[in-house]
Amino acid sequence: MSLLEIRDLEVQFPTRRGLFVAVAGVTLTVEPGQILGVVGESGAGKSTIGNAVIGLLEPPGQIGGGQVRLDGRRIDDLPDAEKRRIRGRRIGMIFQDPLTSLDPLQTIESQLVETIQIHLGLDLAAARSRAVDLLRQVGIPEPELRVKQYPHQFSGGMRQRVVIALALCAEPEVVIADEPTTALDVSIQAQILDLLRRLCRERSVGMIIITHDMGVIAEVTDRVAVMYRGRVVEEGPTAKILGDPDHAYTRALIGAVPRPDVRLHRFPYVDYIEGLAGKPRATLSLREHWLGRSRDFGQAPGRDGGPLLEIEGLGIRFPMNNAWLPRNRRYLDAVQDVAFSIGEGETFGLVGESGSGKSTIARLITGLYRPSTGRIRFAGTEVSALTRDRDLNPFRRQIQMIFQDPFSSLNPRLRVMDIVAEPIRFHRLAGSRREVETVVRDLLEHVGLGARAAEKFPHEFSGGQRQRICIARALATRPRFLVCDEPTSALDVSIQAQILNLLKDLQDELRLTMLFISHDLPVIRQMCDRVGVMRHGRLLEIAATEDLFERPQHPYTRELLSLMPRFDGLSREGLQVEDSGDAASPSARDLG
Amino acid sequence: MISFVLQRVLQSVLVILAVALIAFSLFRYVGDPINAMVGQDTTLQQREELKERLGLNDPFVVQYGRFVANAAQGEFGISYRHRRPVSELLAERLPATLELSIVSMVLALALGIPMGVYTALRRDGALAKSFMTMSLVGVSLPTFLIGILLILVFGVILRWLPTFGRGEVVDLGWWSTGLLTRSGLAALIMPAITLALFQMTLIMRLVRAEMLEVLRADFIKFCRARGLPSRLVNFRHALRNTLVPVITITGLQLGSIIAFSIITESVFQWPGMGLLFIQAIGTVDIPVMAAYLCLIALFFVLINLIVDLLYFAVDPRLRVRRGRA
Repeated sequence: MSLLEIRDLEVQFPTRRGLFVAVAGVTLTVEPGQILGVVGESGAGKSTIGNAVIGLLEPPGQIGGGQVRLDGRRIDDLPDAEKRRIRGRRIGMIFQDPLTSLDPLQTIESQLVETIQIHLGLDLAAARSRAVDLLRQVGIPEPELRVKQYPHQFSGGMRQRVVIALALCAEPEVVIADEPTTALDVSIQAQILDLLRRLCRERSVGMIIITHDMGVIAEVTDRVAVMYRGRVVEEGPTAKILGDPDHAYTRALIGAVPRPDVRLHRFPYVDYIEGLAGKPRATLSLREHWLGRSRDFGQAPGRDGGPLLEIEGLGIRFPMNNAWLPRNRRYLDAVQDVAFSIGEGETFGLVGESGSGKSTIARLITGLYRPSTGRIRFAGTEVSALTRDRDLNPFRRQIQMIFQDPFSSLNPRLRVMDIVAEPIRFHRLAGSRREVETVVRDLLEHVGLGARAAEKFPHEFSGGQRQRICIARALATRPRFLVCDEPTSALDVSIQAQILNLLKDLQDELRLTMLFISHDLPVIRQMCDRVGVMRHGRLLEIAATEDLFERPQHPYTRELLSLMPRFDGLSREGLQVEDSGDAASPSARDLG
Repeated sequence: MISFVLQRVLQSVLVILAVALIAFSLFRYVGDPINAMVGQDTTLQQREELKERLGLNDPFVVQYGRFVANAAQGEFGISYRHRRPVSELLAERLPATLELSIVSMVLALALGIPMGVYTALRRDGALAKSFMTMSLVGVSLPTFLIGILLILVFGVILRWLPTFGRGEVVDLGWWSTGLLTRSGLAALIMPAITLALFQMTLIMRLVRAEMLEVLRADFIKFCRARGLPSRLVNFRHALRNTLVPVITITGLQLGSIIAFSIITESVFQWPGMGLLFIQAIGTVDIPVMAAYLCLIALFFVLINLIVDLLYFAVDPRLRVRRGRA
C-alpha cells in the first residue's frame, strides 16, 4: 500500500462550450521518503493534479472520476470540513512564487503560530517555540529574531524557506511542491532543492514536485511522470526516463532543452506538439525582402570593421531615499563601470542572477534610462550625449528591444496590425497605408504567425505566439541592433526552442547584431558568440562563449556554471558552493 | 518615520497657506470691503480714513500676512450679515456639521464593509445580487432627491420623523450635541441616512472589488492549502488586506462629507456650517465664505495626515521601508 495513491484521476471543467477534461486517467503513487516529479509544459494539467489531491480545484473544476487514497483511505470524496483537516495536517503544499505566497500584513510568527495551533492544538508558547524550531530546520539564520519580521523583510529564497516551514509545520506525510524554484535564481534554486531533498529523507515525507524544468527533475526526483495534454505519457525511474525515454514526446521534450555542454546550430523542434513532423519547414527568404534591402547602412561607420556598439565606463545610480541633506541621501549603483563592445552581426550575451543589472544595461542602451556616468556609442555616434528627440529618433529606429514578458508588453486593446504597424508609422518608414499593411503581413508571415494574425487581438494568442508578435514589432523598423531581454524565460521549452531558432534565422538573414540577456546559461551557450558575466552591477568577465563554458576565469562564473542544473548524469558534487545570492540586498533584486 | 511626519506637516502647512491666499483674495478683491461695511452717506474722506485704519492701503504681502496671522488665531473678522465675529458663528455651527458627518460616516462604514464582504464571498447569492442592485440606485440617485423622497415618505406621509432642524440640543459648554435627546436623535436619522447612502454604496463596491482581488491572491490560496478554516482566511487574512486601500478612500470621503454636506443641510435645514455657507453666498458675506474655505481646507489636510499615519499602522511594508531609510 502506497502513501499516496492517485488512480485513474479525471478532472473536468464544465464550460459553456461543453466539458473540458483537464486531466484524464492519471495514475500515480508516492512512497514515504520518495520524490516523484511531474513534468510537462504549461497547460498539460500538472498543477491541476496537485490541486485535485488537496481538494482545492478552482470552481467550476471537479473530479470527474478515479480515486485519491492517502494511506489506503479514500480522501477525494470526503466532505469539505474533513478535507480541510487533511490540508496542511497530512498533505502540505508549496507554491511557485514565494513573493506572493505569504500574507504581507502579518509577521512570519503569527502565520506560523496560527497554522500550528489550528492543526496541533498547542498553546501559544509551545506554538511559538515550534515556529522558531521550524525556521531553524529550514535553514533561516537567527530564527528567534527573524520570526518577528514581516515577509517583505526576507529575500526571495528566504521567503521560499518560510513557505516550506509553513507547509511542514503540522508534520504532513505528503508534500506537493508546485514549481517550488521557478521564481528563484539558480544559486538559490540549488539551495531550496537541497533543502527539499533533505527534509524528504529525514522525515520520510512523500513528495511530489511539479515542474516544467527538466534540470530540477534530474536533480532531485526518484521517479518522474511526463504529462502531455492531461495524460501521463510515461512514468518510471528518473534515470531511465531521462536517459532512455520510450515515448516520442518525452524524447522531443528532452531534445528541446538547451544543452549546456555542446553548441548546436539549431534547436531540435518538439515535433510532437507542433504536428510538424515530416512537413518541411518553409525557409525564410528575407534576402529579397524590404527588411534586408532598404536598411540604411550607408551612413554607418560601423561598416569598416569597428564595433557597432561601444560602451565605456557605463554606470547608473538610483536614489534610494530623498533626503534634504545630501549626506543622508542613499543611492543604489545598479550598474557600475561597465565596458564592452559588440561588433556588427555579433551576438553578445549578458548573464547573471536577478538584480545583477543586466536589464538595466538593456534599458540604458535603448535609451529608457539615461546613464549617470560613461558613454554609449552606436555606429560611431555617442548616443548617450544626445538629448533631443530629433537626434535620437534615428537611433531609436535602429535599436529595438524584445521584452521578457510577452503578456504585458503588448497593448491588449490594439489589434496586432496596429501593434506591429505603430513603429513603422511613427518613423514614417512606409509611403502609404497599403504599404504599411503589406509590410506588417509580411512580417507576421516571417515570424511564423501568418498574415491573418493581423486582425486579431493579443489575448487570442499563446505566450510563444505573442513573443513572435513582439519580434515582428521589433523588426518593423528594420533595426540593425536587437536587444533581447530574457526573451524566452516566460515560455515553455518547446516554444523557447522555436523562438530561439527564429531569432537565429532572422539574424542569419538580416545580419542583425544582438545583445542577448538571460539568466539561463544553456540558452546563452546556444545563442551567443561572446558572453559577459554580471554580478551586483559589475561586469566580471568577458569571454568567447566556448572559452567561458570550458575555461571560466572568474570564480563567480565557475560557481554559476557549477550550479547549472544538468540532466546528463553529471553531478555538481565536488564543487564548492559559495553561499551567495541570498545575501544580496532585497532592493537590489527588485531592479532585476 | 519622524522625518516623514514632519515632511507631511510641512506640506499641509503649504496647502493651508495656499487656500488662505485664495480666501484672502476673495476677501480683499471680490467687491470692495469698504462698501460692504459703510452706508451710502459716508463721505469719500471717511472712506479713505477707514481704508487706512483697516490697513487696506498696505502692500499686498503685509495684508496677506496679517490675514494669515489673524486666521491662525481664529480671527476672521465680522460677518457682514450677522454682525457677529465669524469665528463665533462657525463655532456655533461646527458641532452640528461634525455630528452629522461622523454619524453618517460610521453608518456608511458599519453597513458598507459587511455588505461588501458579503457580496464578495457569496458572489452569486440572491441577497448579494440584490445588494448590488440597490447599490446602483444609491450611486446614481442624487443626494437631494433621496433627501426629498425621505422627507416625503417619513415626514409628510407617515409623519414619523421631523423634516427639518436639529431638534433639542444639549449644551456642553463648548459643544452642543443633539445625540442626547430623543428629538435630536430623531432629527438626525434622515439627514444622516441621506448623507450616508452614497458613501455606503461606494464603500461596499470598493470593499467588494478589493476583496475579490485579494481572494485571488496566492497567499489566500496558500492559507487554504494549509487547512486554515475559511473564517480565518476570509477575515484575518483577506479582509485586513482589503482594508488598506479602503482607508484612503474613507478618509477622503470623510473630508468631502464635511465639506459637501451643504446640499443635505439645505434640504433638511440642518443648522450646520454648510447651511451657513450657502446663506453667506446668497448675501455675499465674504468673511464667512473665506473662513469656511480655510476651515474646510484644514479639515482635509488633517484627515489626510491621519490617513497617512494610519497607513503606517496598518501596513508594515511602509514602516520598514521608512525605518531603514
